[in-house]
Amino acid sequence: MTVADFAFYAFAVTTLVGGLFTVLARNPVHSVLWLIMAFIGSAGLFVVLGAEFLAMLLMIVYVGAVAVLFLFVVMMLDVDFAELKAGMAKYMPLALLIAVVLLMQMGMIYGTWQFADGAEAARRAVTPDMTEVENTAALGQLIYDDYFLLFQLSGLVLLVAMIGAIVLTLRHRKDIKRQDVLAQMYRDPAKALELVDVKPGQGL
Amino acid sequence: MYEFFTTTNLGIALTIVGQVLLIVVPLLVALAFLLYYDRKVWAAVQMRRGPNVVGAFGLLQSFADFLKYVLKEIVVPAGADKFVFFLAPMLSFVLAMVAWAVIPFNDRWVLADVNVAILFVFAVSSLEVYGVIMGGWASNSKYPFLGSLRSAAQMISYEVSIGLIIIGVIISTGSMNFGDIVRAQDGAGLFSWYWLPHFPMVFLFLISAMAETNRPPFDLPEAESELVAGYQVEYSSTPFLLFMIGEYVAIVLMCTLVSILFFGGWLSPIEAIPDGALWLILKIFFFFTIFAMVKAITPRYRYDQLMRIGWKVFLPLSLIWVVLVAFFAQYGAFWGTYARWTVGG
Amino acid sequence: MATDLQTILPELILAVYAMLALVGAVYTGKDNLTGPITWLTAGLMAVLALWIGTGSAGSTQAFGGMFLSDAYARFAKVAILIAGAAVLLSGQEAVARRGLGRFEYPLLIALATVGMMMMVSAGDLMSLYLGLELQSLALYVVAAMNRDSVKSTEAGMKYFVLGALSSGLLLYGASLTYGYAGTTLFSGIIGAATGGEISLGLLIGLVFVSAGLAFKISAVPFHMWTPDVYEGAPTPVTAFFATAPKLAAMGLFARVLFDAFGGAVGDWQQIISLMAILSMALGAVAAIGQTNIKRLMAYSSISHMGFALMGLSAGTALGVQAMLVYMAIYLTMNVGTFAFIMSMERDGKPVTEIASLNQFAKGEPLKALAMLVLLFSLAGVPPMVGFFGKLYVLQAAVDAGLTWLAIGGVIASVISAFYYLRIVYFMYFGQTEGQAQAPMSPAAWVALMGSAAIMVLGVVNLFGIETAAAQAAQALVN
Repeated sequence: MTVADFAFYAFAVTTLVGGLFTVLARNPVHSVLWLIMAFIGSAGLFVVLGAEFLAMLLMIVYVGAVAVLFLFVVMMLDVDFAELKAGMAKYMPLALLIAVVLLMQMGMIYGTWQFADGAEAARRAVTPDMTEVENTAALGQLIYDDYFLLFQLSGLVLLVAMIGAIVLTLRHRKDIKRQDVLAQMYRDPAKALELVDVKPGQGL
Repeated sequence: MYEFFTTTNLGIALTIVGQVLLIVVPLLVALAFLLYYDRKVWAAVQMRRGPNVVGAFGLLQSFADFLKYVLKEIVVPAGADKFVFFLAPMLSFVLAMVAWAVIPFNDRWVLADVNVAILFVFAVSSLEVYGVIMGGWASNSKYPFLGSLRSAAQMISYEVSIGLIIIGVIISTGSMNFGDIVRAQDGAGLFSWYWLPHFPMVFLFLISAMAETNRPPFDLPEAESELVAGYQVEYSSTPFLLFMIGEYVAIVLMCTLVSILFFGGWLSPIEAIPDGALWLILKIFFFFTIFAMVKAITPRYRYDQLMRIGWKVFLPLSLIWVVLVAFFAQYGAFWGTYARWTVGG
Repeated sequence: MATDLQTILPELILAVYAMLALVGAVYTGKDNLTGPITWLTAGLMAVLALWIGTGSAGSTQAFGGMFLSDAYARFAKVAILIAGAAVLLSGQEAVARRGLGRFEYPLLIALATVGMMMMVSAGDLMSLYLGLELQSLALYVVAAMNRDSVKSTEAGMKYFVLGALSSGLLLYGASLTYGYAGTTLFSGIIGAATGGEISLGLLIGLVFVSAGLAFKISAVPFHMWTPDVYEGAPTPVTAFFATAPKLAAMGLFARVLFDAFGGAVGDWQQIISLMAILSMALGAVAAIGQTNIKRLMAYSSISHMGFALMGLSAGTALGVQAMLVYMAIYLTMNVGTFAFIMSMERDGKPVTEIASLNQFAKGEPLKALAMLVLLFSLAGVPPMVGFFGKLYVLQAAVDAGLTWLAIGGVIASVISAFYYLRIVYFMYFGQTEGQAQAPMSPAAWVALMGSAAIMVLGVVNLFGIETAAAQAAQALVN
């Protein structure tokens, strides 16, 4: 067994165990922690494949940001899992039926799967020669040059998502006082304070 | 003998272990003195004397503290999630150490010379938040939980601007390797380092680094006046020690990052003087001093102020900066200082 | 890159305009600017429609075939832009009156329009998906725009969840297709599919892609969301749902079927004709019991989609031409009808009950007459243009040997005439007084009267739309 084999099996087992216990763990927080382990395992698998940029991105985006928010939500929410499970039991037969149908389809496809002539070549034609460019540069080439249109469109989709979140949730309440930080900073004692000479025994 | 260490599996493994020790041991020893130094600076600002009893000038104070922590009893709160409770400090410690694998101390003096080194450090530092969250949650106690929630929000907020600032540097270099980044700053000594072209970002990075490592004035996760000690409330003895070491190693790492990204790493400021690891150590020391001074001098931020700075000031500024740098680099503005591509383009 | 950008210039202009207007509005007047922005957006869309319509002929492609600009795309884009502009303008006053006048509304519509233009120009599964998502995401938001109303929120939620599901189906199909063909470009997929027997992987991919797209045009059996969303969404938004997105999804559907799966016409003909007959039947039968005019229009649109699909299922250039003509007529009718529905109110409050239209003709004979024309046209009563649309698709189906489908369509058409005529009956011969009024802004009035006039005057030559549609169909099917 070479080092690469060993690394592959180590990461593969990590991913599988993580995924399994994500489902099996009783405590939702533990589930998220197992999920993170699965993420880390798959990042490792990416490294074994030689796609280190993707691996790091997986770590930064999914483990470092998405899963933190998951954890945040799971820790804050008081979810009644027994109730959820009861609901699940109710729809279980239907879900199983769909699963069986899908599985059968998969089986059918798998049994008779064939690629179109030249599918392999078509698939390879897109990727730059990996012996000449490192994979970060190759990804950059694909995303920013070849798939420029798609990249910009995805940007627009995200923009719409952002507008949507603001439109649907932001409320400009008029009945509350808002803090204006700049106004606070530009305030000076000369404007805010007035010195009054109070005569003894008279008050103001 | 040489063949054994470069060809056989066992030999390579032993070599790597040796290299790891070569980094970790000096780092931890240095950390002991940096802790001492931190307290001394703090004391000096407040016109106190600081630690001065153990050893000459109190130099051994950190080692005494270490012994005390290790020898105390570990207290586990009732109802704590034991596994996660102990996992958290270990994670915090290990992750802080792991990032050093890709830090170059001198030209080619690096444990793992990976292409995406800067992303690796960024990924690891974004994982450090888990130590805090898990610790706070597993303690099954209110203050730690509040502290961990705060820190999760805080670290994510500042990671965004750190990431964008780093992108500016990556655009200028055309590589994500630390070695390439430092070599791209080679030239006319002090003035060819990135602090000059990326001037405003140096400050943003320093401040974000403080927030990212939960250093004062952004130490809200452990703000003692409101949360006792935040996520560390329930920790004692060795777990607490691990948390503390992890925290300080992360701070030193951030100082190293500033030195490498903006201040030329191992390069010497004057061309006549040779480059070397000593320069990097000096730079780290300098930035650690700044961290220590800031801690001693500034009052703690309010939480909404912290969030406001992160999202409404730093994020737009660093975003605009990325766009500007991209333009400067593409059109070779300022005599090409923004485009020092060694590979590709 | 420069020529590529030139090819997508109309989309680029609209997208950049939307972003600039967004930033401008956020930093200045915010919601006070809704009116001007609506007019500006509609104006820009109309100008773009004119430009595209009179612009260069011929086919070009950009970004390595991911974006196609041909007569087909241009036809669809002109129809989408005009319908979008008309709905925006005719609904502007209704939007303001309901307190929904937020400046994001016209801009979301503009961004949705960009998505739709991308959809009909897609030459790649990825650009198809992104265009579709851009469009759908914007529509989910505007469906839930009236966030103080439970129904509107429900509509948005339902639309979003089911839309996400349909996107999932589409993506599953797309990935199978990619797995088989090794490319996501339509030109590559059709090349892979023509080699005699169609592979099972590609077939299942085709089925899932079709299912995902059928969701968007609300064809049976993927229609469940339509009545609830139509009813719950604010009426001006419903008006938009019923028009441009339908054409865009239909255009995309035809594009995928012919450009990517053109080698498997026999395979998808079965699916499409089944969906067509089911949609026509369900749309006709289920609408009978409706008391809410918006729900009724939802079922009406399901039925109309069935007819359009019938044109598509012919699998010929004539069929595509019939589909395009049908969709263009459908858009015109719906713009007018919804201009009326938007303005329906009783005691200053909007109503959508059909019963409230009782004896409407006594109060406002002109508007009632316009509605009469539109409803006759929707039903496909002979002298109106709507009849010719139906005639076209039936003819295409018969020509392609789908006589059973054509007969089914005629039966469905007769059934559906019942509920359209019922509204006319209420308006003219209703028993009690429904007290509904329809105060209209000039724009809405123009939309209602204009589309009614078109339904009558178009009898002469359909305003020459046939030739344009024929060219478009020729560009798609070859």
